[in-house]
Amino acid sequence: MAETNLKLLTSSVFKRNPIALLVLGICSSLAVTGQMTTALVMSICVGLVTAFSSMTISLVRHQIPSSVRIGLQIIVAATLVILVDQVLKAYYFSLSKQLSIYVGLIITNCILMGRAEGFAMSNPPLPSFIDGIANGLGYGFILMSVAFVRELLGSGSLFGIEILPLTTNGGWYLRNGLLVLPVCGFFLIALIIWTLRTLDPRQQEKE
Amino acid sequence: MAEESIAKPFYTVLILAFICSALVAGAAVGLRPQQDANRDLDRKKHILYAAGLYDKNRTVEEMFAPIETEVVELATGKYVTDGTIRPETYKQLKAALSDETGRQLSSAEDRAKLRRLEKYSLVYLVKDGAKVQQLVLPVRGKGLWSTMFAYVALDGDLTTIRGISFYEHGETPGLGGEVENAGWQDGWRGKRVYDDGGKIGLNIVKGKAATEEPAKHFQIDGLSGATITTKGVNNLMEFWFGEHGFKPFFSAQKIVEPGSSGRG
Repeated sequence: MAETNLKLLTSSVFKRNPIALLVLGICSSLAVTGQMTTALVMSICVGLVTAFSSMTISLVRHQIPSSVRIGLQIIVAATLVILVDQVLKAYYFSLSKQLSIYVGLIITNCILMGRAEGFAMSNPPLPSFIDGIANGLGYGFILMSVAFVRELLGSGSLFGIEILPLTTNGGWYLRNGLLVLPVCGFFLIALIIWTLRTLDPRQQEKE
Repeated sequence: MAEESIAKPFYTVLILAFICSALVAGAAVGLRPQQDANRDLDRKKHILYAAGLYDKNRTVEEMFAPIETEVVELATGKYVTDGTIRPETYKQLKAALSDETGRQLSSAEDRAKLRRLEKYSLVYLVKDGAKVQQLVLPVRGKGLWSTMFAYVALDGDLTTIRGISFYEHGETPGLGGEVENAGWQDGWRGKRVYDDGGKIGLNIVKGKAATEEPAKHFQIDGLSGATITTKGVNNLMEFWFGEHGFKPFFSAQKIVEPGSSGRG
């Protein structure tokens, strides 16, 4: 292994962020970033599912015939996603109600497949597991940043706690309706990618 | 990577699919009681919200004790008392799907865009001793993206709203999703559904509700940026308080009322 486990963990957050550099998992980062709470739960779910699916795939990577590997990766990921969804429904009902279909959509999150195919197929289980957690953290970092701006300016609150009293509730802050809509996630993610690539020019794509 | 033979891909997929399906099935069956209990608790909580009885320091079971659940036949407005449909086990949404307990709505009838309507509905009676204080009715209808589900609590006069609580919807968070906003739901309290002529007067308006008589008793603040959701809420109220909804039930109650009040 060229990279130590710690390096593996940190590089996925800033240097090799799944959203910012690899531009994976954009779809869900638009959908669940309206509120900090949902963004946090989504990040945790994605992190756990990616970690365990990478580990499982890495464990059996010598047994997987290359002709059906994508299908097998999807089966493993889908199983884990359903398990997470069922557990959320049983123990965190109100959260699962808010996340609704997005938990199920983790299956289509490209980070999952990207890491399974790109990392877990050629690395031992432990680094694969850490790589999964790290990608979850990297994903979470972007999600939380976007959700911070969207919830604060769009709904005047953070984690559902009122920070800026809204005019609709008798306060002074007229909320920005654009930030409530998913499309604004695009603008914010673009700004984050711009910032990251300016700070670390190695991330810039060659012409 | 492993040596490839023709059979290998087949049995690897089979083995993996088998393990995975066992896991999924196990989780689904094992966690179902807990999930059903949660769903039930959530419903009860929202019935209590609508009736204005919710107090987070008390358990839901305790608060739900004075509430009686009954089944009403929508077409006749009569209670089902012969025990053929038990309120504890009646699944209202499922009932709408079968031809025996539900029916197709024609497009003229279908204001709330439900497509199918069940023949029987649950109603919740908030009682104080033998006297019914409030009626809580389940309503639903289509908004912009989703079907919105709510409970409406009515006063004993069968027209004054005591509260409303939307418990399930998929409207845009922050815009149509504001049907969940407790401040907005508070604005429903004390409004009247029917005007003096018995027509539905309740209306969610664009912008602020009127403050002059008599409109102030019927108008509710609109949700800005959520025209279609608002329209959906208007439609669902019109549907459920109309002749295909609970209106026959209300009429049946009124006929009974003079007799019962004569007793007291």
